Amino acid sequence: MTAGTPAVDLVEQRPSRYLLDRAGVLGPLLLLPTVVYIVALVGVPLVLAILYSLSDVTVGDQSLDFVGLRNFGDAIGNATFRQALRNTFVFTLVSQVAVLVLANILALVLSADFKGKRLVRFLVLLPWTTPIALGALGWLWTLDNVYSPIDFVLRRLGLLGIGSPLGQRWEGTNALWLAWPDLAQLTVLTVHVWRTLPLATVILLAGLTAIPQDVKDAANVDGAGFFRQLVWIRIPLLLPIMAVAVLYGIVFTFTDMTVVFIVTRGGPVDSTQVLASWAYFRGIEGGSLGQGAAIALFLFPVLVGVAAMMLRLARRTETV
Amino acid sequence: MAAPVYQAPPMPTDAEIARDVRREKRGRIGGRGALYLAATAFALFAALPFAWMLLTVFKQNSDLYDPNLNPFLYNDPPTLQNIGYLFAQTEYATFIRNTLLVAVLVVVITLLAAVPAAYSLTRLAGRWGESLGIAIFLVYLVPPTLLFIPLSRVVADLGLRNSVWSLVVVYPSFTIPFCTWLLMGFFKSIPWDIEEQAMIDGYSRIGAIWRTVLPISIPGLLTVVVFSFALTMHEFVYALAFVTSSAQKTVSIGVTTELIRGDVYFWQSLMAAAALVAIPIALLYNAFLDRFIAGFTMGAVKG
Amino acid sequence: MAVVEVRGLTKRFDGTGAAAVDGIDIASRDGEFLVLLGPSGCGKTTLLRMIGGLEPPTAGDILIGGRVVTDLPPRARQIAMVFQSYALYPHMSVKDNIAFPLKAANMPKAAQQERIAWAAGILGIDHLLGRKPRQLSGGQRQRVALARALVREPNVFLLDEPLSNLDAQRRASARDELQQFQRRVATTTIYVTHDQVEAMGMGDRIAVMEQGHIRQLGPPQEIYDEPADTFVATFVGSPPMNLVPDPAAGDLLGFRPEHFQPAAADGVNGAARFPFHVHRMEYLGAERLLYGEVGEAKVIARFPVTVPIPVEPGATAEFAVPLRHLKRFDAKTGLRRPARSVS
Repeated sequence: MTAGTPAVDLVEQRPSRYLLDRAGVLGPLLLLPTVVYIVALVGVPLVLAILYSLSDVTVGDQSLDFVGLRNFGDAIGNATFRQALRNTFVFTLVSQVAVLVLANILALVLSADFKGKRLVRFLVLLPWTTPIALGALGWLWTLDNVYSPIDFVLRRLGLLGIGSPLGQRWEGTNALWLAWPDLAQLTVLTVHVWRTLPLATVILLAGLTAIPQDVKDAANVDGAGFFRQLVWIRIPLLLPIMAVAVLYGIVFTFTDMTVVFIVTRGGPVDSTQVLASWAYFRGIEGGSLGQGAAIALFLFPVLVGVAAMMLRLARRTETV
Repeated sequence: MAAPVYQAPPMPTDAEIARDVRREKRGRIGGRGALYLAATAFALFAALPFAWMLLTVFKQNSDLYDPNLNPFLYNDPPTLQNIGYLFAQTEYATFIRNTLLVAVLVVVITLLAAVPAAYSLTRLAGRWGESLGIAIFLVYLVPPTLLFIPLSRVVADLGLRNSVWSLVVVYPSFTIPFCTWLLMGFFKSIPWDIEEQAMIDGYSRIGAIWRTVLPISIPGLLTVVVFSFALTMHEFVYALAFVTSSAQKTVSIGVTTELIRGDVYFWQSLMAAAALVAIPIALLYNAFLDRFIAGFTMGAVKG
Repeated sequence: MAVVEVRGLTKRFDGTGAAAVDGIDIASRDGEFLVLLGPSGCGKTTLLRMIGGLEPPTAGDILIGGRVVTDLPPRARQIAMVFQSYALYPHMSVKDNIAFPLKAANMPKAAQQERIAWAAGILGIDHLLGRKPRQLSGGQRQRVALARALVREPNVFLLDEPLSNLDAQRRASARDELQQFQRRVATTTIYVTHDQVEAMGMGDRIAVMEQGHIRQLGPPQEIYDEPADTFVATFVGSPPMNLVPDPAAGDLLGFRPEHFQPAAADGVNGAARFPFHVHRMEYLGAERLLYGEVGEAKVIARFPVTVPIPVEPGATAEFAVPLRHLKRFDAKTGLRRPARSVS
């Protein structure tokens, strides 16, 4: 025998001492803080939101008096609400179509090797890595009514100022990006594209690099050229990942109020108001919590739809 | 009966091959050109507001506020005065301090909740783990704009109205779900053998987690730290709705609501305030980008 | 030193109806090298994990050294386990890996050093103590895992296919080392494998498992020579035992390929004769295999290279099996029939 006889002395055996070693006990215990947090600060507020929307609660009078669907009726009856609803959908749809196209191109660009790629990647990601509020602030100053550098460039190009080929509106010394409803809407759209493009791009990029090398090799051996590979290999293989990218874009654009709040404050004359910002102005600044909650709840069905699609995608990837 | 015979195409002549090679080369050069053009265009679009921001920071008033001067040049020598003004004459330093306080505490709360939850879901919950994990992940998609109105009431009931502490309490409600999901991905990649071996070697399950799972997942924990930190810096809506007095504001709302006011222009300081926060966060984000993306793609992409 | 015993041990994984381990009773002998052999999915690893305390059983009891440990976690069982992957802690040096179980037992530092040196000496890994696991070869990793298992002198070693990550050449010498190591420390060892060569070569006894049941328990020789049923007969041995229907009794007749020889060579009586239709011959260096049929049944015959083969592929020849090598199985249950005289 080498180093003493191993003892058979098993540690005193009371299974209750080892309660925390059991998966059935430890599992729920470890999960508890997270579940409590989510229930208390997401679940409860969600229920409260519904209760508020059915009551006349205001900042001054916190009692919940049931008023049925009046808040929803009032909201829909309001022209600004209808504008905000339309804007929310238009901003989301148009920006995400643009993002889908641009992100595919940008992902192709970034998947190639070229000098300065790291710098380009860093710059392209900036809109996503920067806090939205500060990025929006940057745009506010870039599109300033008097000092916009874009206006300066347009003036130098002769597109802005007297005799502008773009029409009468462009004959002043400044474009007044945020003063015209249509230009302001275009601005909000552009900022959304600018802000959601990076995430979509990196998600697609991750998908591109995950295409197995042997599939690409096989396509090359089979003599498929760049566009044939794009149409028959990259795009079909990337479809699920594109869906993921677009779903995030939809969530972030559809529910955002920061861009509108900082760049246009909903103006001019509520032409860029969206559901989220309108809910804020009515609910917090206007003090009508019930109205605000009802307006915000219009976001809910789309979110449920997005969540359902996410779920389907997640399930699909799980089974593969 | 004559079966149709396959006719091989004739072998290309040397001249034809040379022509194809030339074409190919020309195509490749054209492709490179388009590549650089597109890369430049995208970089300009993305960086435009930031470039203008940085350019502005160092400009003197006489230079900046003269629309006839070329805004892309320093017509007067650059100055650091605007940054000095920001710290000396505004509450920017307070905003930064508040933001860091919130961020650090949120990171701690997030780790304390998300690490055990992610472990529980990957190792102890059995078949329900994955589904529950996805459910928790979906909570991340519930936007602040849907919840801020009722939450303002909850915050008031907790006695936290108009205090940074309201943000410390509320922010983990969106950092915990995403970070739980991120960590689940990390824990899944650690073989069960390791912690089972530790239990065989004489440790309790918690001891095994502490001594093997956590040291091995340090990269994952770092990712979670950075991500919850960044999410906290990004948040705007809750801060706007819950905090109104300037001494309690964070950078996001402090800069955009306090400094933007007034009829005196000080865009240079404003831009300095934005750039000083934006650039460090951007650098931090870039370092951990691939890991965030692994979380965002829900494991649909194996990196 | 301790005996491991399981009584009526059953494991059902939630949701699935079939039991992974179905009411197994088995007891090791003290200091024995017991092999659990079976195809993948037969429940052998589940059985081992239940003994180790990593998997709670659905029913039944586990005893180590005569005490019921069924509801105790692994740390209360004083066992050591070596996983298929070796499960070395990647963030620790070899020395810290080996010290890890000692730290759990709160052993004083000086005593730890002594024990580490002792275990490292036995396995010849003294020079590796400062390295990290990723800097080791497969064989070195295996030895570190064994040292870590050995260092706290456990009641039982549990080994889960510890050789399957080694290449074929290294595996043969590792088998030898492992067996010598076990003889030297003389600790009860339960060894899981799907590789019959490992089982035959190392085990004092082999438990052949299939579908959650133990089909046969016995020394290697007995498992090979006297299989308890057709599963054991065909799972152990390579190529497997031939099974040919006996038209007279409705049974299956089993015989090993090396006992299936040309009738002429065997001479006269005491042998069962079969017409063997040969399809193909395979040269394997030291021996040759003849593939063919007896009636409908596929049959293989094995010849040492020193023996001439009297038949060409495509031809049929009379082959015979000595009666003492002829095993009889029930065609329905697959169970072995007690030996009886064959006319």
